[in-house]
Amino acid sequence: MKVIPLPGSLDYRTIDQLIETSSEAAGAKVLLDARHLRWIDPVGMIGLLSTGLVLREESGSPAALQLPESGEVLSYLSRMGFGEAAKEVFEGSLHLPRRSGGSSDVMLELTRVEQNQDVHRVVESVHDRAGTILSRTLRYPPTAVVQFSVILSEVCQNILEHAEAPGWVAAQTYFWKKRLGREVLVIGVGDVGRGFKGSLEGEYSGRFADRWGDAAALEAAFIHGLTRFPDQGRGHGIQQIRKQVRRWDGAISIRSGTARIADVPDWEELPPLEDGLAPFPGAQITIILPARSLEEVG
Amino acid sequence: MRAQNDPQLDAFAIDVQRLLERSVANLYSHLVTRPTGRAVRLAIESQLEELGTPALSLVDLSSVEILDYSCADEVVAKLILGSTVRQGVTFIVLRGVRAHHRDPIEAVLERHRLAVVAETSQGHFEMIGSGSEGEREVWTSVQKCGCIPVAEIELLLERANEPEALETLIERRLLFRHPHGDVHALSTLIRTEL
Repeated sequence: MKVIPLPGSLDYRTIDQLIETSSEAAGAKVLLDARHLRWIDPVGMIGLLSTGLVLREESGSPAALQLPESGEVLSYLSRMGFGEAAKEVFEGSLHLPRRSGGSSDVMLELTRVEQNQDVHRVVESVHDRAGTILSRTLRYPPTAVVQFSVILSEVCQNILEHAEAPGWVAAQTYFWKKRLGREVLVIGVGDVGRGFKGSLEGEYSGRFADRWGDAAALEAAFIHGLTRFPDQGRGHGIQQIRKQVRRWDGAISIRSGTARIADVPDWEELPPLEDGLAPFPGAQITIILPARSLEEVG
Repeated sequence: MRAQNDPQLDAFAIDVQRLLERSVANLYSHLVTRPTGRAVRLAIESQLEELGTPALSLVDLSSVEILDYSCADEVVAKLILGSTVRQGVTFIVLRGVRAHHRDPIEAVLERHRLAVVAETSQGHFEMIGSGSEGEREVWTSVQKCGCIPVAEIELLLERANEPEALETLIERRLLFRHPHGDVHALSTLIRTEL
């Protein structure tokens, strides 16, 4: 059995480490060792679940997951609904603390997106909680709750329309004391479907000729709004999400296959386009929305 | 139903929220996702088919809180596109368009190079979507007057920077030309009780 240790912090900045080390497992039976995990965000959770699915697919049997030792992390994973999602992915039963029945500080628990009705469920669920978090924590105007719900709806539909495989979505706020000195809302969306290259290949690979690959496919969808559907009304989603995220001084990135494309403000250092990353199926979308500063609010 | 000031149009009001509840089994309260939008549009089109032509359809969004881009494309853009190929003539006016509906509606209309007449507050109508400056200028002139009698159209065109805009607006079903030649703003064709 190959043991793959998880980084101490598993988030959108470190997820590549997990993808890279797990890609070296080459079909072996794997134990993902999360004992020393001290921090995980929605992107990390979805990345961990997706890695589990990929390992299961490659080896023909589910990977084992050694849970974190930190009680705080275990409790957080439980509140985010990680246990329910993980039991379909990893070997054996995972013993996470039981979720309390009371109100939760979680913006959106890990939610599986497989059908149209899942998107409705996400929007309904978030709409009830998002108002307070967006206005009090992020200091966004009251109308932001609608725009935020639209972002979630469009980003989840990306899974349904392009991945042809189920995916997950989750969102949570954190205080980024060192990096930004402000609260941020992190949204993670991911699937292990056919990815942007697979989705667009039939329509556009010829047009891009030698340049065709994961990076070109991401550019086509992210920058130019291209979609495999001949319908002129398609391809809005990502374009409009980018526009709204920019208005809120937020960051958005999509990793698919061996490439990542990003639209980031000054406070984030992700390069606009990366290629040659460790291959990973599907698409992993990260959106980070920072709180408005008191000066911005006025 | 015959509209009040005899423009020879059947007028029909459609509450999108009610249709949403009826079309998608009353499970959802928000206009999100493409399949939901498609179901609502098909329900609207099925109601329109029962009307005589020309007909005016008042699509009421006032109870719709969340409208995403995919749904706006299906419910607004494709409804307008369909109205131009449907047998007979259908005019579409949106009612209850609030600030947070505008982004998705404008985005999908621009993408298809379409425009629509929308009531954005009580009694206030706007042409939203794609159109030249000249088209907006002529549309606004007709909207202000409500109706331009056939005898005054020449004068309107003389003052306009883009005289051909009037014909374009009529072709795009953003204005209605009575068989006698008078040109009506669509807002004047809506009966108050609708």
